[in-house]
Amino acid sequence: MIQQKYVSQIHRCFRCGYCKFPTDYSSFNCPPYRRFRFETYSTGGRLWLIYAWLKGEIEWSEHLAEILYTCTTCKNCAEQCPMKFAPDIVDWIVGARSDMVEKGRIPPRVARFFEAVHGYGNPLKLLRSDRAAWANGTKPYSAGDEYLLYIGCLGSYDENGQKMAKSLVDVLEAAGVSFGILGNDEECCGNEIYMLGEMGLFQNLVEKNSQKFKELGVKKVVTLCPHGYNAMKNSYPTLGGSFEVYHYTQLLRDLVKKNKIKPSRNKIKVTYQDPCFLGRYNNIYDEPRQVLQSIPAVELVEMERNRKDAFCCGGGSGNFVMDLLAGDEDSPARVRVREAYATGADTLVVACPSCMTMFTDAVKTEDLDGKLMIKDISQIVRGSLP
Amino acid sequence: MVTTNAIYESLVKIVGKNYVSNQKEEQYFYARDGGLMPPLEPDYVVLPKTTEEVKEIVKLANREKVPVVPTGAGLALTGLVIPQKGGILLDMKRMDRILELNEKARYVIVEGGTTHGALKSYLQKHHPDLRHSIPDSPPAATVVANVVIHGQGRLSQQHGFNSDMVSGLEVVLPTGEVCLIGSCSVSSFWFSKGAPLPDLSGLFLGWFGTTGIITKLGLKLYPCKKMRDVMLFLTDRVELVPDIMLKLSHTEMVEDVTISAQPLPLRYKGTFWIMAYITGDSEEELEFKRKMVWGALWGYFESRDLGPLSVSPDMKAPLMSMPSKDITRFADVAKGGGFQYAGPITPIEKFPAFIQKLEEVAQKYNVFYASTTRLIGSGHCMMFSFSFSFNRANPDEMARAKEALDECSKFALEEGGVLWKADLDEQKMLMEKMDPNTLNLMKKIKQLLDPSGIMNPGNWEAK
Repeated sequence: MIQQKYVSQIHRCFRCGYCKFPTDYSSFNCPPYRRFRFETYSTGGRLWLIYAWLKGEIEWSEHLAEILYTCTTCKNCAEQCPMKFAPDIVDWIVGARSDMVEKGRIPPRVARFFEAVHGYGNPLKLLRSDRAAWANGTKPYSAGDEYLLYIGCLGSYDENGQKMAKSLVDVLEAAGVSFGILGNDEECCGNEIYMLGEMGLFQNLVEKNSQKFKELGVKKVVTLCPHGYNAMKNSYPTLGGSFEVYHYTQLLRDLVKKNKIKPSRNKIKVTYQDPCFLGRYNNIYDEPRQVLQSIPAVELVEMERNRKDAFCCGGGSGNFVMDLLAGDEDSPARVRVREAYATGADTLVVACPSCMTMFTDAVKTEDLDGKLMIKDISQIVRGSLP
Repeated sequence: MVTTNAIYESLVKIVGKNYVSNQKEEQYFYARDGGLMPPLEPDYVVLPKTTEEVKEIVKLANREKVPVVPTGAGLALTGLVIPQKGGILLDMKRMDRILELNEKARYVIVEGGTTHGALKSYLQKHHPDLRHSIPDSPPAATVVANVVIHGQGRLSQQHGFNSDMVSGLEVVLPTGEVCLIGSCSVSSFWFSKGAPLPDLSGLFLGWFGTTGIITKLGLKLYPCKKMRDVMLFLTDRVELVPDIMLKLSHTEMVEDVTISAQPLPLRYKGTFWIMAYITGDSEEELEFKRKMVWGALWGYFESRDLGPLSVSPDMKAPLMSMPSKDITRFADVAKGGGFQYAGPITPIEKFPAFIQKLEEVAQKYNVFYASTTRLIGSGHCMMFSFSFSFNRANPDEMARAKEALDECSKFALEEGGVLWKADLDEQKMLMEKMDPNTLNLMKKIKQLLDPSGIMNPGNWEAK
């Protein structure tokens, strides 16, 4: 379906270039275009090349595939494109990727990503039996728990993601929330698999997860990661998944409102990164800010590009592992930490393990280690609890 | 002649390997624009960052007799940066710094790849009392490319072509020298592109990059009033439109006047939407200007030949946006991602004849049309667009659109218009009609500046 749609529509792009900008046109907001600066890496360039490939005007090449896969599916293009087809742009790109997957013409790094998820249930190719190594006694989900806390791959395996997971568990326990985790039984959510175009594997993951949730009687899922939130909120229902989904910042916001957590300490100046899959994909902009603003000693300052104009960390579409946009001062994560530092904030707050990983690396490369901390919202909240 | 690979390696040495491509994908994309001219591929696409790099590239191209085509966003739609003879395509957009702004002399100096969007945003944030004449092309259009084609913008009614607002240039000549043009050639101030010196900017403006590469540009800025509004008037009397334009201009109260015509939705057919933009620092000032405009048009209101249209907030937002996204949206009217327009610069008295021709041609070739006219320089002339949208997936429709454009251009020229950002076919038409001595002068200038004939060859090539 997604393939048919892109084939019949993709020629409609006029390559006007609105897609490259934020709303105020102040800079370039398309991560791969900002990084590489050839027009081919902009959305218009990508769509014209896909159309050329469809028409047989250009052959498949590794360079073409790389251009296609450097798109982080951050959705800035869909936000800024003035045309009626704007909401379909990401689907067109995913559709073309899906075609390439079916033809077996994908970059080696993408192939390795698929193999890892298929074989290990995570893109990092780490053992399934180590998935819950971070959990340190966190309660497994059992019938009657209100929430299943879905950790996701980065939260389970990545050092910084694990810190987020632990911190969130602490906060939820302190607030008396009824929840449990899947531990080693957890499987990749599939969001990146979908965005990278491996529809068969995606469906398989959705079925596995949905079946597991059903067997356990899960009614509410809260995710650590916006990517998982997006997949479960928007794609799982179309494939039979039937449960409520929340991102953890939504839950924290509710807990703050109900006075179940009362943050107080922690005098810091922070700026906040809107994750693409929370903001542009699911319109969740206020809840994370409300949590931060509920902490009296936290001063929140905004970066110039924020909310729907936020600049992606560069980690979307599996690039938190594949890192096709790395290696340059114009890499999105490096650009973004410089922007965060320029606000005068001492902490760049994230709500996504992918952003956490990308920015933690970027502050080191930019020599901002010790000058700009990267923390997620649950860490800020935990640090402020009495 | 060194080998192709050696040229590539030389380019890598100049700009770094991340910013040179000789791969098929870049060659494919930069071989075409959104219009209807046939594609031709560059051998290399290069993204320079500094004037020094541009200079070295031009010297290399001169040594090796390789064409060089500088490009902004490639939005002229008439194929002006399609490399007719291959060579090096210079995408200038990495040179995007805003270098200096002089508030008291009201000018800004930008690098050769700075976009209109970035300049607009910069002014709004840092100098809200100043503005520039932003065109209605998308924000990716570069300031330099726009003046090189004599673009127009939101201040053209008051101040002429955007190229008239240039206040200085830094140019890399086709032989590699870096040359300052205007007051900046003798002063640290960039307030004038010519006067009181001989105005050498004419050697570069309007030449489509065939005489040099502009690496820095001084641009005049104008007061940005606190408030802005649009007044919308409707008439079905095409013969009255020139006089209405003149009357609006006579008030000296309007900053911009545009006229739109399109056949769909059907209720629009046969009507002309006249938009007059006014600005003020207070509501009182705006109201005074509204009254002046109403006063100027009152006779037409009384005769019911012209009517004011109340503008709802939903309607007003797109009219007020700069640049206008609606103009870009025309590309998808046929759900096909393409449009091109012939935009002759012509006396405003020709408006009725041009509208008639537009409708005839659209019917003849069965293509969807629209037109936007902009008044330039207090009524000295107008840009009249014969715009046709087409479906890029339909070659037959594209061919018909091109034929329609060619017929309109020919007509415009016969009627005394001068073709704007003329494509190769139109350039030929212009040069055939041009005074022979003028043409010969152009030829001499080109030969003098570009003895190797490397700069954007194919364009303005006088036989």
